[in-house]
Amino acid sequence: MSDRPVSEMSFEEAMAELEQVVGQLERGDVALDESIKLYERGAELKKRCEAKLKEAEEKVAAITLDGEGNPAGLKPVEGL
Amino acid sequence: MSDLIDDPVPGQNEPEYSVTEISNAIKRVIEGEFGHVRIRGEVGRVSRPRSGHVYLDLKDEKSVLNGVIWKGVASRLAVQPEEGMEVVATGRMTTFGGQSRYQIVIEDIKPAGMGALMAMLEKRKQQLAAEGLFAPERKKKLPYLPEVIGVITSPSGAVIRDILHRLRDRFPRKVLIWPVAVQGERCAPEVARAIAGFNALEPGGRIPRPDLLIVARGGGSIEDLWGFNEEIVARAAAASDIPLISAVGHETDTTLIDYVADKRAPTPTAAAELAVPVRLELLTWVEGQGGRMTHALGQGIAARGQRLRDLSRALPRAETLLDGPRQRLDRASDRLPAALTTGVQRRKVRLSEVSGSLRPSVLSRQLAQDRHRLDVALQRLATGLSQAIERKREALGRRADRLSPAPILREINQKSERLQGLARRLSDAARRQSDERRQRVEALDRLRETLGYKATLQRGYAVVRGDDGVLTTKAAAEQSPPREIEFADGRLKLGAVSKVRRAGKSEEPPEQGTLF
Repeated sequence: MSDRPVSEMSFEEAMAELEQVVGQLERGDVALDESIKLYERGAELKKRCEAKLKEAEEKVAAITLDGEGNPAGLKPVEGL
Repeated sequence: MSDLIDDPVPGQNEPEYSVTEISNAIKRVIEGEFGHVRIRGEVGRVSRPRSGHVYLDLKDEKSVLNGVIWKGVASRLAVQPEEGMEVVATGRMTTFGGQSRYQIVIEDIKPAGMGALMAMLEKRKQQLAAEGLFAPERKKKLPYLPEVIGVITSPSGAVIRDILHRLRDRFPRKVLIWPVAVQGERCAPEVARAIAGFNALEPGGRIPRPDLLIVARGGGSIEDLWGFNEEIVARAAAASDIPLISAVGHETDTTLIDYVADKRAPTPTAAAELAVPVRLELLTWVEGQGGRMTHALGQGIAARGQRLRDLSRALPRAETLLDGPRQRLDRASDRLPAALTTGVQRRKVRLSEVSGSLRPSVLSRQLAQDRHRLDVALQRLATGLSQAIERKREALGRRADRLSPAPILREINQKSERLQGLARRLSDAARRQSDERRQRVEALDRLRETLGYKATLQRGYAVVRGDDGVLTTKAAAEQSPPREIEFADGRLKLGAVSKVRRAGKSEEPPEQGTLF
């Protein structure tokens, strides 16, 4: 169990740790106190994963270029 | 007539051209005759000045032909000519009168068949492979769930639509499109620029920096896709820090960028599939993990509860625990009074046994025995002492016998002999030294005698002395009259004896002294 705050984790990190927590709980070789802590951590991780999954929104923009071909700004793209 | 100058001769009516006239005439002939030609050859030196025109040589084993591609034509070419490429050039011949040269103005130039094109591509591929740009260890891992995806492609067309649709199905994300030309001369530089441009974006800047790039183009002829075979594109893809998926053409088309990309997708749709996981699947998975976790915890608690119940069932009742000890206590307290009595009895018996044998006669017998042992020991002490003294005395006598003055005397003799020898050597040396000195003194004295004036006197000379010492000149003798003449055999005083002849004699050398 890492000490990293869950709120800083990427989806992939949270997912990997959640998997690990579940594995540990299922093996059942953790002390009861420890397993309750693990469960709490796992619940947090699960929440993080769900939040990340719910964040999914599409936003498409095209880069506009200046005269020299450098990016100048963004232009929303719709209808594709 | 003179041959020196050209002089019109009657009957000679050939027209006379100026240089420009003949130059223009040749131009007309050549342009008329070769107004449209197809020429096959190898591209020699290529130069691209800033004007945008392309100058190149076409050559075969024997000849070289200068050629020019005007800017407008050059920008339309699908494949840019490169040195060493086997090509077919179409165009018109023209002359360049100012330098007496002819050249071809190329209107189209293409690799001479697929073979030539592929050979060039193969060469490029080998070079990049040799540099290690295709090495598997260079490939970066794609992020599991990119936040922002940068797509480099044409902003219109089916490709971007396919990608967006598939992303929407799987996992809607933020997408940034960098519009580029996907064919023609502008394709390669724009794609390369876009890859570098995405990489150059600051994380957290105004334009978000993508964490995944997709370079995509739909299917087309090999010429259409050629831009993705250009070296600058491959190098830009290799230099990208952001993981990159290439999706150019159909599954069967493989372009150079595919070898360098971190992942190659056969189609743009497939690229979207590689880019993101399926959101619904992940939601299900997370849900599943939650369920497993709850189940596992419940399971753990239930198992522990069961074990607790099992153990408590096996635990004996408190009363039964005390039965055994209590019985032992009863037995012991029963036996205690009897044991006490027997213990005292046993000790009493032993006391009477011991005290029975304790009588004065036993003590006095013991005393007598000890006294006797003391007497014996005393006797042995006296004799032992005298014997020991005797032994020591004998040992002393033996040692004293061995002690004699002879060795000491011998040593004294030796030392005194050595002393005498040394004294002898000392006096010898002293004598020798004084003899030597005496001889040297005598020798010096003899030398002195021979060097002194006395020896001269022996040969008949004399010394004349006045009042103030020896007179050696007539002038001195006139000043101070001679008082004494010294001969070898003595001194003659002149004073009183010769007062009479004083004036005459005072100057006489000693030799003359012998006359009287």
